[in-house]
Amino acid sequence: MNLGRELRKYVIGMVMALTLTGIAFALTIWNYWPVRTRFIIIIACAILQLLVHFRYFLHIDLEKSHRDDLQLILFSAFIIALMVGGMLWVIFNLNMRMM
Amino acid sequence: MTNSTTPLPRLYPGMNLGETDPDTHEAAEELVFGFWVFLMSDAVLFALLFAVYETMVNSTAGGPGAAQLFHLKPTLIETLVLLASSFTFGMASLIMKFKQHVVLLQIALIGTLILGVSFLGFEISDFAKLTRQGAVPQLSGFLSSFYVLVSTHFLHVLSGCIWILVMLIQLSVFGLDETVKTRLLRLGIFWHFLDIVWIFIFTFVYLLGLL
Repeated sequence: MNLGRELRKYVIGMVMALTLTGIAFALTIWNYWPVRTRFIIIIACAILQLLVHFRYFLHIDLEKSHRDDLQLILFSAFIIALMVGGMLWVIFNLNMRMM
Repeated sequence: MTNSTTPLPRLYPGMNLGETDPDTHEAAEELVFGFWVFLMSDAVLFALLFAVYETMVNSTAGGPGAAQLFHLKPTLIETLVLLASSFTFGMASLIMKFKQHVVLLQIALIGTLILGVSFLGFEISDFAKLTRQGAVPQLSGFLSSFYVLVSTHFLHVLSGCIWILVMLIQLSVFGLDETVKTRLLRLGIFWHFLDIVWIFIFTFVYLLGLL
């Protein structure tokens, strides 16, 4: 891979990140759609931007699956899902019981 | 592909130096992987701070909530500054890989440092504005968790800035040797990681708070 190709990856990543950021910020003030729809789109933009940063800035993709760091990411994502999901479940359940 | 040599495999996250510096490429594998383990544990820390924030977001104890306190414009400026700094760090990585030119690399790093420090400045002015409005951490569970989450990220960016400063000095003292290169590789993934954490802060704290 040469300089031009790697530079293009950063530029593509930057343009995609700027677009997703722009959509998310615009939807916050653009109130012609119901709040629920905008809520979902803004979260979707964040997740897409996470993937864009992983792909274009950290150079991590799913094609080279022999790399240990990919397994580490998946394991960490699993741990995070367990801890965050479990915590939100327990605390919101308690909140509901306190009402 | 006009290149006749077999392409070296990607060994670690972030910029890989295989094509221009195979020795450092080999040496970096373990070091960068170890640093990546630390970053993932840091991701767990941030994820739990986000979870605490989500459980606290309505616990305003009669004080001001997200919609009264946050503003879109400073958040947008901070987001763009940090995103630009991620891009300039990418340029620094490309210079390190393909040009191996110390002065150019230092210019790109100084650019990143200036953007990082301005990000910190905008955040300090945000915190100062909140404090003037009486929105201090001890006022409510919401504000406590907000300050813990955002200032943890602030401290990470601050340590990143200090790290850039140290690397600038090491570059002028040692030049671009193998140790300096592997340190810059790790600094690079650290810096890009901080920008990823910021995506979630501006989305979950600021944008959804203002929605």
